Amino acid sequence: MSDALVEVRDLVKHFPVTRGIVFQSQVSVVHAVDGISLDVRRGETLGIVGETGCGKSTTARLITRLLEPTSGTIRFDGEDITHRAKRHLKPLRREVQMIFQDPYSSLNPRKTVGSIVGEPFAIHGLESGAQRKRSVQSLMEQVGLNPEHYNRFPHEFSGGQRQRIGVARALALRPKLIIADEPVSALDVSIQAQILNLLRDLQRELHITLVLIAHDLSVVRHMCDRIAVMYLGKVVELADSDDLFAHPRHPYTGALLSAVPVPEPRSARRRRGRQVLRGDVPSPTDPPAACRFHTRCPKCQDLCTVQEPPLEAKAGGNVAACHFPLTDAEAEQHLPGLTASGAGG
Amino acid sequence: MTDVAETLLEVEDLRVQFGSVDGPVKAVDGVSYSVERGQALGIVGESGSGKSVLNLTLMGLTRFQGARVSGRARFEGRDLLTASDQELRRIRGDDIAMVFQDPLSSLHPFYRVGRQIAEAIQAHRDVSRDAALLRTVELLELVEIPSALERASMYPHEFSGGMRQRAMIAMALANEPKLLIADEPTTALDVTVQAQILELIRRLQGELGMAVVIVTHDLGVIAETVEEVAVMYAGRIVERASTETIFSAPEHPYTWGLLRSIPRLDLPRDVPLVPIPGRPPSLVAPPLGCHFHPRCPYVRDAHRRNDPALEHVPGDPGHEVACLLPAETRRRLWAQLRAGKEPAEARAAVGMGGASA
Repeated sequence: MSDALVEVRDLVKHFPVTRGIVFQSQVSVVHAVDGISLDVRRGETLGIVGETGCGKSTTARLITRLLEPTSGTIRFDGEDITHRAKRHLKPLRREVQMIFQDPYSSLNPRKTVGSIVGEPFAIHGLESGAQRKRSVQSLMEQVGLNPEHYNRFPHEFSGGQRQRIGVARALALRPKLIIADEPVSALDVSIQAQILNLLRDLQRELHITLVLIAHDLSVVRHMCDRIAVMYLGKVVELADSDDLFAHPRHPYTGALLSAVPVPEPRSARRRRGRQVLRGDVPSPTDPPAACRFHTRCPKCQDLCTVQEPPLEAKAGGNVAACHFPLTDAEAEQHLPGLTASGAGG
Repeated sequence: MTDVAETLLEVEDLRVQFGSVDGPVKAVDGVSYSVERGQALGIVGESGSGKSVLNLTLMGLTRFQGARVSGRARFEGRDLLTASDQELRRIRGDDIAMVFQDPLSSLHPFYRVGRQIAEAIQAHRDVSRDAALLRTVELLELVEIPSALERASMYPHEFSGGMRQRAMIAMALANEPKLLIADEPTTALDVTVQAQILELIRRLQGELGMAVVIVTHDLGVIAETVEEVAVMYAGRIVERASTETIFSAPEHPYTWGLLRSIPRLDLPRDVPLVPIPGRPPSLVAPPLGCHFHPRCPYVRDAHRRNDPALEHVPGDPGHEVACLLPAETRRRLWAQLRAGKEPAEARAAVGMGGASA
């Protein structure tokens, strides 16, 4: 079979906006995810980046089937799971786990760490008693927690340690796929690196496929083999990490890259006065027609307002949905000083 | 007015303590610095480093929380800490203005945005309501809000996150403050919007000649906006230098740790992240000696007992650091770290956060 663990085709999720309590009427639709197709290859780390409201978290919740897709198909390990009924999802839950953003609200404050990490075993009726405790303690050790803290409660741990608990829980059943939704954005900078290194080491050691959702491009670049850039419910560019950051093709990717503040005063100064994307992301209830980025795109032409560009291969191997992709010279302007000063460092 | 060498704000040995069941929390523990007219200063630190409490105290916003404040904070010769509430009300929003992290909770949801800005003007200037509203529209145009006239009569929920932050900046600028304090002004915003807001703050600082203090945890934001940086750790300033120096020749092991723990777009992808081991200390019972010593890879025995003062770095009058390592040692260590080598004297295992807590 193919080397894709997850195959997503034309996936759509629309949330109805309703008015009224007794006599509900649908007034509009939020196009959260609007026809995305991508594969997650076995053993890789795929990054999904985009700004608030681009549909990256909805995509994660669709792949894990925490949400019911409106249309399209999702195949996991060769099996169609798109509309699988809730009672048949339990085997899938063993294979796919999630790590959430907020380590404060994603752990039950009334349960001990031991029972939080041990809960997946309880749900699936695996291991019990002393054996479960041993497994949980070895998981805690694996993520860098002290196994003696088995009986402590979440409030006794710091943010970084709580996120380690979340990681241990996700690892418990040795899933094939872990989806981490903004796993470090709630943590302090010095702690972020601890969790990122942990995820990276575990992924290599256990050959887990990882989908990392983040808004921070530097984090995604550091962690991922391939990256999908989303804008208003669509994937606008998909490429190997190195290709994406060497030559972005979609103007939105370019704009994102040049917006990231670089911790290097010399290149920061050089980038002053660079082109900043104007305005805000349009509302997903009424997304622009044709190319969704055309309202903010510096390269927009008439064609972009009437015809939606297909996601297709562009120069350098990037796959992008754009009629007028960035040339190498244009892409260069968006790069945060890799060429001039940084590469030797 | 635009004399750059003139000191606008001078903070001396500022200490802020809050009562708690476990004992007093030393949120700010002896901080001294100054801001010149028209200068842009960055204060960088993690949560709990005291950077926000420091600025809230200057604005008199910690007065009613059982806080014990000592030290001095002179703004144009007036002491902000001993000023009466009435005096402070006059300074706040007029001479010193503040922009907070979360624009939605800083705006009143029931009142139109324009009215809230006009209120800030009328609180300090004796002008008619119409004149204040006229000025409001001007301010909204200044911060690049499109169709400012219509926007002024909208409610905060009708604004996007970026626009709300622009409105907050407009409100802060209403009375042409001499000092603008921005506490994590872009943390709640997306990167493209963040870039817009940072550019706006930079432009306004230049055009209006006001001093700006930007408080942030993001070294990228620091590099892009300010000329001077103070690094805070556990309620103290541990290093202060020009932005250029902080990034090219930092002297404090904590600053090294920060710089090495963030993934960077301007360096090759395979540069490993080196986290700072452990976690920030308790502010109720901070470690003896250097507050950073439990997490410092280069700690010597004496550092566990002696408390370093913020001192000038030999050879650079604009660079101060609070570290007990000899200057030559610090330079040698940074040179090695910069070249991607792990210095031999780094302790192999500084208790990891998970194992030692």
